[in-house]
Amino acid sequence: MVNIARTELDRIGGKSLPVAAVATAFPSGRASLAVKKIDTQDAIDAGANEIDMVIDRGAFLSGRIYDVFEEIRVIKEICGKKAHLKVILETGELVTYDNVRKASYLAMIAGADFIKTSTGKVAPAATAPVVLVMLEAVRDYFTLTGEKIGVKPAGGIRTTKDAIKQLVLVKETAGEQWLTPELFRIGASALLNDLLMQRMKLRTGHYASANYVTVD
Amino acid sequence: MSDFEYANAPESKAIANIAPNYGLFIGGKFVDPKKGKSFSTINPATEELLSKVGYGDKSDIDAAVRSARAAYTKIWSKMPAKERGKYLYRIARIMQERAREFAVVETLDNGKPIRESRDTDIPLAAAHFFYHAGWADKLEYAGFGSKPKPLGVVGQIIPWNFPLLMLAWKIAPALAAGNTVVLKPAETTPLTALLFAEVCQQAGLPDGVVNIVTGDGITGAALVNHPDINKVAFTGSTEVGKAIARSISATKKSATLELGGKAANLVFEDAAIDEAVEGIINGIFFNQGHVCCAGSRLIIQENVADEVLEKLKKRMSLIRVGDPMDKNTDLGAINSKEQLNKIEEISKTGDAEGANRWSPDVKLPTKGFWYPPTIFTGVTQSHRIAREEIFGPVLSVLTFRTPSEAIEKANNTMYGLSAGIWSDKGAKVLWAAKQLKAGVIWSNTFNKFDPASPFGGYKESGWGREGGRHGLAGYLASEAKVNK
Amino acid sequence: MSSLDVNKTYKLFIGGAFPRSESGRVYEIKGANKKFLANPALASRKDLRDAVVAAKSAQSGWANATAFNRGQILYRIAEIMQGRSEQFVEEICALEGITTKAAKLQVVEAIDTWVWYSGWCDKLSSVSGSQNQVSGPFYNFTTPEALGVIALFAEGKPSLLGAVRTLAPALAGGNSAILIASESFPLPAITLGEVIATSDVPGGVVNILTGKTSELLPWIGSHMEIDGVDVAGLNKKQEDEIKLVGADNLKRISRFAPGNHPERILSFMEHKTIWHPIGI
Repeated sequence: MVNIARTELDRIGGKSLPVAAVATAFPSGRASLAVKKIDTQDAIDAGANEIDMVIDRGAFLSGRIYDVFEEIRVIKEICGKKAHLKVILETGELVTYDNVRKASYLAMIAGADFIKTSTGKVAPAATAPVVLVMLEAVRDYFTLTGEKIGVKPAGGIRTTKDAIKQLVLVKETAGEQWLTPELFRIGASALLNDLLMQRMKLRTGHYASANYVTVD
Repeated sequence: MSDFEYANAPESKAIANIAPNYGLFIGGKFVDPKKGKSFSTINPATEELLSKVGYGDKSDIDAAVRSARAAYTKIWSKMPAKERGKYLYRIARIMQERAREFAVVETLDNGKPIRESRDTDIPLAAAHFFYHAGWADKLEYAGFGSKPKPLGVVGQIIPWNFPLLMLAWKIAPALAAGNTVVLKPAETTPLTALLFAEVCQQAGLPDGVVNIVTGDGITGAALVNHPDINKVAFTGSTEVGKAIARSISATKKSATLELGGKAANLVFEDAAIDEAVEGIINGIFFNQGHVCCAGSRLIIQENVADEVLEKLKKRMSLIRVGDPMDKNTDLGAINSKEQLNKIEEISKTGDAEGANRWSPDVKLPTKGFWYPPTIFTGVTQSHRIAREEIFGPVLSVLTFRTPSEAIEKANNTMYGLSAGIWSDKGAKVLWAAKQLKAGVIWSNTFNKFDPASPFGGYKESGWGREGGRHGLAGYLASEAKVNK
Repeated sequence: MSSLDVNKTYKLFIGGAFPRSESGRVYEIKGANKKFLANPALASRKDLRDAVVAAKSAQSGWANATAFNRGQILYRIAEIMQGRSEQFVEEICALEGITTKAAKLQVVEAIDTWVWYSGWCDKLSSVSGSQNQVSGPFYNFTTPEALGVIALFAEGKPSLLGAVRTLAPALAGGNSAILIASESFPLPAITLGEVIATSDVPGGVVNILTGKTSELLPWIGSHMEIDGVDVAGLNKKQEDEIKLVGADNLKRISRFAPGNHPERILSFMEHKTIWHPIGI
């Protein structure tokens, strides 16, 4: 799909818009490292500017931390200067906040440019406490190294109100510097429609209906 | 200047129907004080006048006690326990119905943020009535004998820091146990008590079961010294608590006292640091630090002290100080000029005695009484700011190297109300909880209250407990003790 | 000529030893028959001071012993007292002038009182503690803990039982004690000290003073290291005085009806409530 997306965007004047692609046997991550490497290279060759990888949750939960680290490092190597690396932790499968924190640090040390909560296939996804923990990790990493890593909550953010709460979390935890798409993005689909409906209410003064917003 | 500034979120005052004057609530009605005197209550955030309330003197106290005694003898002591309970349930439900009104009045009269009144004070107050309503007809199972008896008429004096909540802590158990009450609210915060009187009327509570006499320290003394009360319940300063203990020493009156504190909040090296920082903030800045159990001494293990302090200061910079009626506000107004003076006086000794003061840059409003969130580092045990209760948003920070040293410093005080422990190691938490001489121990949390949880202090933090099964003891005649 | 009795010198009991009063003073006790019985020590404020030091230093070890251990020690006191019954009966008869039968009943009741309180040590938190159902994800429990150093003014009559029924409950709760024997009927209290000394009670947990109540009273009332007082042996005026002075450190002061009750233990304990969050 990456070439199609790239071709279409270039055609309608969106040459500067980056394309993000999932790779590494998304969403389960259950394939050999060799396959994951090819998957990643493929996406980059097709024009992806950003790669969304998933961590190996089986390895993480069974204690093979170095394996998780190594996989991220290798994928980052392939991305090189051509693509940013987003590392999806799949926090719903990690379950505890301690695990989310640990996985966040691991991903950052291994080279993640962004840490992301979920694939969107598992609930619970980007709850406020999980996002808070990741923002704390990112903040502490910045204090230690001076490097700013981005955070992307994805999944479960359906309303504009939810989104605003997330933005407040970012401002109060990592800080105002993170309130930019380079460092914070929300992964959502239904959210856009709610945002449009809220915009309609602000403009017209009365409550809007989903019938007046298209689904794609 | 950022793109993401918060808008104001003002709560409307409209729901608060504060009358220009209030009388005293005696015998089920609002009556004028016998000498016709009144005094003002203001909004400490704006210094605006809210209302003029009746000033109760000795003769008014006498009328109230007589009314309470008559109600006890003729009605309340004869009423079946389950009916008593039903009155308390009614009161709880009406408080819940009028919760928003209570929250707004409380914030206007006290200066605390509306978020606190709305989310903490008022719900807990209603919960206290609900909890104790359930005890009224189950006292024989409470562990105080098979036929526990009330004491009779109780005189109750409450402070200004949690006006409605302190009223609930006093009146709910007293009534559940079968006593009648005369309650004297704090001088600067009478309004929610008077609103509560209206609730008693709406609940159809028999006349004289609850009497509320507004006034000052002299009014309180008249109540303590009235010959026909059986018990005194007091929450306030240790100094006044001792004075009360002396006043009643030659009488048959019993007393429960909830007095001051200088709680240690211990952060061990293996604490979850971000959580601990939230707990420290809550411990000292919740309710502007006007809390007897405030975590006013932070004692950090030396090897994590820098990290904790750095995070603490960053977090303090996010505290929003200002209009208590704004739902975004974290830190509200200091309750009175008098209290502000006290905070300033003791804090200045921190500077004078060599501690290092730090506050984030906050713009304080020009009218009203305000103090910025403040910490002092480099504090030692002998500093006044480490020993005396400041009762304001001022935190004294000390350090320790070994766990025994932490305990020694924490216990080195004549107070013993509460303490906090931050550590992720279970055995250590339980060990510290055992060593600490405090009546309420919060491990990996702080400032949690519940009607089912007994609250009270060791040493000079007071006598007895409030809340839970243990709190009933103060309102029932003892099986084993005698009053000569 | 039959052999001459070797009369006992009645000394104080402090820190597990039997010293004389540091003041060197004694006072005379005559029996019910008006004949000389003994010269027990006339304790001074310095003896009291030393007793408090001993009590304070021994208290945390006593409170930190297991409840089972405390219970066993209180039971041992009953065992040793049983062995000395006749000695107590004789002493009580001479002092109080009651019949042997009445004295025996008193001694039996005193022994049974130790047994009764011994059984309470490890049941206090079951009966008086609680796990509290707070409305949030917290584990919350309340547990009774020892108060500290308790001063006990023993009743005069019954001279042995009066001392025992104040002492046993104070100890059961993990406190250390300073027993002030009745001024007029002090002797069984000191003999009780001998029982205590041979019953595995750590030194300083129990201290026994004889002397003038009115002399010791103000020093006890104002001592900032004494946490609680049982005023059984005081009259109303003395009780009022000690309550007035005791307010300076908010001493927990109680007077109990005769008879055994767990409230006698719990009145000299403090309830501690502990919260901990529940979650992963």
